[in-house]
Amino acid sequence: MSNEFEPKVVAFVCNWCTYTGADLTGTSRIKYASNVKIIRFPCTGRIDFMLLLKAFANGSDGVIVSGCHPNDCHYTSGNFHARRRWMLFRNLLDFLGIDIRRIRFAWVSAAEGAKWAEVVNETVAQLKDLGPYTEYQKATEFLVANENELTEEMEANHA
Amino acid sequence: MRELQDTVKALFDKGEIDLFIGYEKGTRTPRPFFVHKAEDAENLIFDAACSGNLAVYLTRKDLTGGKKTGISASYYALKSIAQLFDENQLKAENLRIFGVSEEGSVQFFDSVAAIKQHLSATPPPAKPDEDELVGKINAMTASERWKFWSDELSKCFKCYACRAACPMCYCTKCIVEVNRPQWIQPWASTLSNMEWQINRVMHLAGRCSDCGSCGTACPLGIPVHLLTHKMSETVKEHFGVSETKENVLSTFKPDDKENFIH
Ligand code: SF4
Repeated sequence: MSNEFEPKVVAFVCNWCTYTGADLTGTSRIKYASNVKIIRFPCTGRIDFMLLLKAFANGSDGVIVSGCHPNDCHYTSGNFHARRRWMLFRNLLDFLGIDIRRIRFAWVSAAEGAKWAEVVNETVAQLKDLGPYTEYQKATEFLVANENELTEEMEANHA
Repeated sequence: MRELQDTVKALFDKGEIDLFIGYEKGTRTPRPFFVHKAEDAENLIFDAACSGNLAVYLTRKDLTGGKKTGISASYYALKSIAQLFDENQLKAENLRIFGVSEEGSVQFFDSVAAIKQHLSATPPPAKPDEDELVGKINAMTASERWKFWSDELSKCFKCYACRAACPMCYCTKCIVEVNRPQWIQPWASTLSNMEWQINRVMHLAGRCSDCGSCGTACPLGIPVHLLTHKMSETVKEHFGVSETKENVLSTFKPDDKENFIH
């Protein structure tokens, strides 16, 4: 067994295009990285930005967000709304110093089984280069992670 | 100053208003002042130091409910008022809106359209300090930015003064009070403090007047107004200035341009 780092990836995908596309990847017997856990949503419009943050907080090293190509949304405009939200969200995260290279946005249609495999493989390969996202996970445990430092500080203040 | 005081006095004398929202002299900086009768109008002031956004009080039902209300509004307060109208939060018939300038001139606005026209004809006040700080943060590497913001936001103790100071944060139930599911831990901790600010800024995207009151309000001096300032810039950059009532995030254009979705 190799000791290579295996990133954990959560994929938020829409039911109509990408989920069906990922199904096609399987039925076409295309092999792809098994690091990804797929979560199915009715539509990209339903993918709340907080879900991405929660994925990171709970130990994901990367996230994939994918849905129908523009003009192909089952609900006509969910992906257009989502696209605007991602544009602003991604910028804000970058300004905060959150590593946006760890979020992969894609359009994968129900016919693009091969593309889905590619998206996952590329994401996993990039995350292997980037390593685990400890920076963010550390912040989830700020008090725990800084316990020694904080105790020292407190003791210094009392002395 | 005289002009403002006389105008407000006359409004009370004619019975046109029951309440006027303005500023009076404070201990160190001016503070909000609520005029209930004509003779109090002489305490009203307005100058460059009156930097809070008074529009925040207009949606406070306990304060303005059932009252004919007048307000002295800075550039940013006017911007917030226009936005509140667009979001159907204000009724024109109960309101007397006066734009005030630092030089003391007073301008009455009889409609939202008049406010909007004034706003589009007036260049927004320059924000050299904010621009400089945002520039500095932009120039950092991502890890430096992360260090900067996680240090800053680790101080936040979730008093929500930034929210209370904001005219656009008028929801009676804020996301931080929602507990099914509980999106954001209610106690203060670095990550949940960050999540709080990310939510605040996302919910204000395209609605924020960029007045900076959130940053001024923070008792710990966390520069949270830089986040909204940056967001305002981002919105302008990607979507320009909206001519319609619709909010940036509740509309779209089929040809919105991005370069990161593959
Ligand atoms: S005002 Fe400052 S301390 Fe209070 S919640 Fe906002 S950022 Fe945190």
